[in-house]
Amino acid sequence: MPSIKELAKRESRFVSGHRLCAGCGAGIIMRLVLLAIDKPVIASCATGCVEVASTIFPYSSWKIPWIHSAFENSASTISGIEAAYRVFKRERKIDKDIVFVAFGGDGGTHDIGFQALSGAAERNHNVLYICYNNQAYMNTGVQRSGATPKFAHTTTSPVGKKIPGKIEWQKNLGEIMVAHNIPYVATAIPGRWNDLINKVEKAIKIEGFKYIEVLSPCRLGWPHEPELTMEISRIAVETCVWPLYEVEFGKYKLNYKPKEKKPVSEWFRLQGRFRHLLLPENVKLAEEIQKEVDRRWEELLKKCES
Amino acid sequence: MGIKVAKTANEAFAEGMRQINPDVVAAYPITPATEIVQIFSQFVADGLVKTEFIQVESEHSALSACIGASAAGARTMTGTSSQGLAYMWEMLYIASGLRLPIIMAVVNRTLSSPINIHCDHSDTFGARDSGWIQIYSENVQETYDNLIQGVRIAEHPEVRLPCMIMTDGFILSHCLETMEMLTDEEVRDFVDEPPERENLIKAAVENKPITIGALDLPDYYFEHKRQQAEGMKNALRVIPEISKEFGNRFGRYYGFVENYRIEDADIGIVVIGSTAGTGKEVVDNLRKKGIKAGLLKIRVLRPLPVEDIKNSLKNLKVVGIMERVEGMNAFCSPLYSEISSCLYDLEKRPILTNFVYGLGGRDVKIKDIEIVFNDLLKILERGKKEFTLKYIGVRE
Repeated sequence: MPSIKELAKRESRFVSGHRLCAGCGAGIIMRLVLLAIDKPVIASCATGCVEVASTIFPYSSWKIPWIHSAFENSASTISGIEAAYRVFKRERKIDKDIVFVAFGGDGGTHDIGFQALSGAAERNHNVLYICYNNQAYMNTGVQRSGATPKFAHTTTSPVGKKIPGKIEWQKNLGEIMVAHNIPYVATAIPGRWNDLINKVEKAIKIEGFKYIEVLSPCRLGWPHEPELTMEISRIAVETCVWPLYEVEFGKYKLNYKPKEKKPVSEWFRLQGRFRHLLLPENVKLAEEIQKEVDRRWEELLKKCES
Repeated sequence: MGIKVAKTANEAFAEGMRQINPDVVAAYPITPATEIVQIFSQFVADGLVKTEFIQVESEHSALSACIGASAAGARTMTGTSSQGLAYMWEMLYIASGLRLPIIMAVVNRTLSSPINIHCDHSDTFGARDSGWIQIYSENVQETYDNLIQGVRIAEHPEVRLPCMIMTDGFILSHCLETMEMLTDEEVRDFVDEPPERENLIKAAVENKPITIGALDLPDYYFEHKRQQAEGMKNALRVIPEISKEFGNRFGRYYGFVENYRIEDADIGIVVIGSTAGTGKEVVDNLRKKGIKAGLLKIRVLRPLPVEDIKNSLKNLKVVGIMERVEGMNAFCSPLYSEISSCLYDLEKRPILTNFVYGLGGRDVKIKDIEIVFNDLLKILERGKKEFTLKYIGVRE
């Protein structure tokens, strides 16, 4: 891995001037992912926060060849690009190595884009898919998605007198991608930049379809103070709400084990969407989340040990 | 020169694709277009094409992958039908808006519900305003010739729009007809290398950033759509140029429309696709009886060849517009609206009437078209029409 000094010298290929919110996790993720790649990159991007905020014509924050076509098809769009590259390479029209990256939010990946993602993974295109998961449809005004955590408040799963926020568990898409038998699956956060850079560097060296899901704090939708982005993402890891792990050719590896596992209330207390879970009358709800986080953590530990 | 062979339209599509030898094909099987995918898969498996064939998980992804490939500079093709085309809807507009010259072979089939796998033109008629060039075929030969010309039309630098080539489901897609197939060299020479355009891979090789599909707010969207409309307008000039070149090389000339014994006709029908063949037979029979009947076949629907349609129909007294599409507007079928608006500016206009037939693959026979002409004759005698829309061949 390059040192932070070396990284700082690399040209940023996701540049300022975009209109993402102050403290947006996604902008940091885009920049870090591209910094980690020391080769020409072509990227596709799903409709969503990153797309609308970074490419307002005639401006663009992308110093790479980049395409957006629709919401649900970042994976199939990059499939076509990668296929074109393969035929040009075979026909000896080009000889450069190019890295193919698809970006999508959780809505464009877990929900509406899931079919395209699954198809591209099954076909095993030589592509790195990065999901920036901010756990709801943030671009359209914080509606719940399949990635929204249980009991989180969103505008379509509001906390009410009868219903305490979203009543379903979030999808575990990382595990679903592992079940596709693709060569590499990993989780990451912006707050551990070295881990994210490492994973991207490793992924692009592997032939085939790679999936990295990065937790992307959303100061608008979670909401949290904009200066807490990196810290909140680290708290997700310290509470085991968002464990950092990777699965290389089916082999699980835990990348970080908290010295002392923090209670989920630590994760709740900095975010408005979970504020109700800290109220005395909702202790049972908070306990339910803690129990499930513990169960998933134990399950993951077992997978990593075996 | 080419050789005479017996092919179905599906085989003709697949053979044409093999000869065009596109860089990328992304497609999903759907009746009745499935055979195109199957035959082409065999060509790939036998190493007869250089094509990267992406066997996608849906039509939405088929066109999305085509968009990616075409934006990366690849000559790109797909094929579909009916629900498959419906599922591509969102991406149709994106392909044309991004000005990507993708070629799509469409085997016309009706839309659900009720579910039915047979021919009518509901699928592509719904896509007529999606910014794609639309070329319809009367028979297997035209299916093949249109596909080969389509590549050149779509890629022309002043057009740069995707193009769909239509053939009638089952009626043509599954029926053997004699046709002349060009040699591989002739096709490759005609389609040539695509004209160079800005693309993602070129940008990556040259290390020049390019952003495709940016967010266009009210300050730019309109200008880009205006440019796209200009591309469609330019196609009105380019299509005859390409057709002429095709005709000069291979001896088969095609216009936007085909006029069949219509120059001196009093009454005539307007049709699209394979019904033209049956219609011509009826016209010949009527002519033998001394009735001045004619037929206008619409080959190109997008761009709409207004001047050709005007010229063909301006001297007729009564025109019946026959269509395999129900417009569901409680008035007329879509082609009727299109043709009547073409003729509106004429000082002297024929009386127009509308016949919907053949929905869901209902057979249209000589006697059905005779019913249409009998109605046109009655209108001619009376000098006025008593209906705008009539259904042919339905139990009511």
